[in-house]
Amino acid sequence: MNGRHRDKVKQTPAEALEGLTDGARIMVGGFGLCGNAEALIRAVVASGARNLTLISNNAGNMGQGLAAWLKADIVRKIVCTYVGNNEDLHQAMAGGIIDVQIVPQGTFVERMRAAGAGIPAFYTPTGVGTVVAEGKEVREFGGREYLLEEALFADYALVRAHKADPFGNVRFWRTARNFAPIMATAATTTIVEAYLLVPLGAIYPDDVYLPGVFVHRVVEVTEHEDPFEYETTRPRPSAAGAAEGSA
Amino acid sequence: MPWDRNAIAARAAEEIPAGSVVNLGIGLPTMVANYLPEGHDVWLHTENGILGMGPFPYEGEADPQIINAGKQTVTVAQGGSCFDSATSFTMIRGGHVDLAILGAMQVGANGDLANWAIPGGRVMGIGGAMDLAAGARRILVLTKHLTKKGEPKLVQDANYPLTAKGVVNRIITDLAVIDVTDEGFRLVECAAGVTPKEVADATGAPLAGV
Repeated sequence: MNGRHRDKVKQTPAEALEGLTDGARIMVGGFGLCGNAEALIRAVVASGARNLTLISNNAGNMGQGLAAWLKADIVRKIVCTYVGNNEDLHQAMAGGIIDVQIVPQGTFVERMRAAGAGIPAFYTPTGVGTVVAEGKEVREFGGREYLLEEALFADYALVRAHKADPFGNVRFWRTARNFAPIMATAATTTIVEAYLLVPLGAIYPDDVYLPGVFVHRVVEVTEHEDPFEYETTRPRPSAAGAAEGSA
Repeated sequence: MPWDRNAIAARAAEEIPAGSVVNLGIGLPTMVANYLPEGHDVWLHTENGILGMGPFPYEGEADPQIINAGKQTVTVAQGGSCFDSATSFTMIRGGHVDLAILGAMQVGANGDLANWAIPGGRVMGIGGAMDLAAGARRILVLTKHLTKKGEPKLVQDANYPLTAKGVVNRIITDLAVIDVTDEGFRLVECAAGVTPKEVADATGAPLAGV
């Protein structure tokens, strides 16, 4: 008899997505194109699954990342926080094909945190007196009003890791972490796309940010595009300037 | 002469106490970072997961996985940390961010903030704006005094979709610095060469202190 935490390492993204069906609710980590599980995102399109509910901060941008799901017309509903200049999403919204729910970002992540932590709902000050409050219970604590927000679950979470081990312990890289470790707790099946698969023990216990209990499948993908959305830089100080500075 | 965007950003930098944690919104507020005095010990927070955000990277050193909330490449300053979004919004909603500097489409005389949607306009989304407006200890708004059509952005009652109710503490525009008080807008300071009457005429609600 096998528990849920054996044989997690999969050889390909397609194998890691085994069992994915039409109508699945899928959380995908990433802040815009930063921290996307790129290979898993492509593999979902290739799997042929349709009528998906996508739960992700941005749903792609600049025609890249999750925009592939919109172009392939496999999404029926989106829960996100920001549309911005995501033309594919604007088109989908204008066409009325996709039901798009826009949620405040802190509420978005807290709803997932609650789902993962066994808390069905919580009160937050965010959104009181705005369209976000429509239809929601308002309650006063200490003289201030708060909204009741409910937990947000999913069938799958697709997250990008810098390093993962065979149990699914994960370490992230810089701002690629964003929603990933929270989504991982809120999904029935969490699939990690790791830049590096390392042996058990290779990640120091204190450096495990997402413990393996929240991870069910791991696939190593070393080739990533990691596209820039806005590559902003400043000029390097000239050698002469640096010499003056050190004088 | 009204203040230009750089002058507004420079004036806003004077509002930041040394040793504070500050979140700069997208656009004009981001420019405030250029005017922080050396050694001011300000910890810039970006809601996608950095406390201690540094300047843009040098050419050739940008990492697409180190970005700010505007999705521009940035650096992590010495002593900076990276974290997940739940931790980031614990900082925001829990009142651990001392100051948020945000843009605005409208500000009401009661401090109502509208900065995420124009009625009938293209929906851009909420992002972190509602959490920042509800959670930061102090809200400073940077904006042009008038819309492109010449209508006041400072109004008696905001009628654009609200971001949060009664949260704005101070506004810096191209014409003036204005506080939101229990009695409404109060003029604090005019831009050089701008008269109090000009500010009052461009404001869509009574302005005290003129």
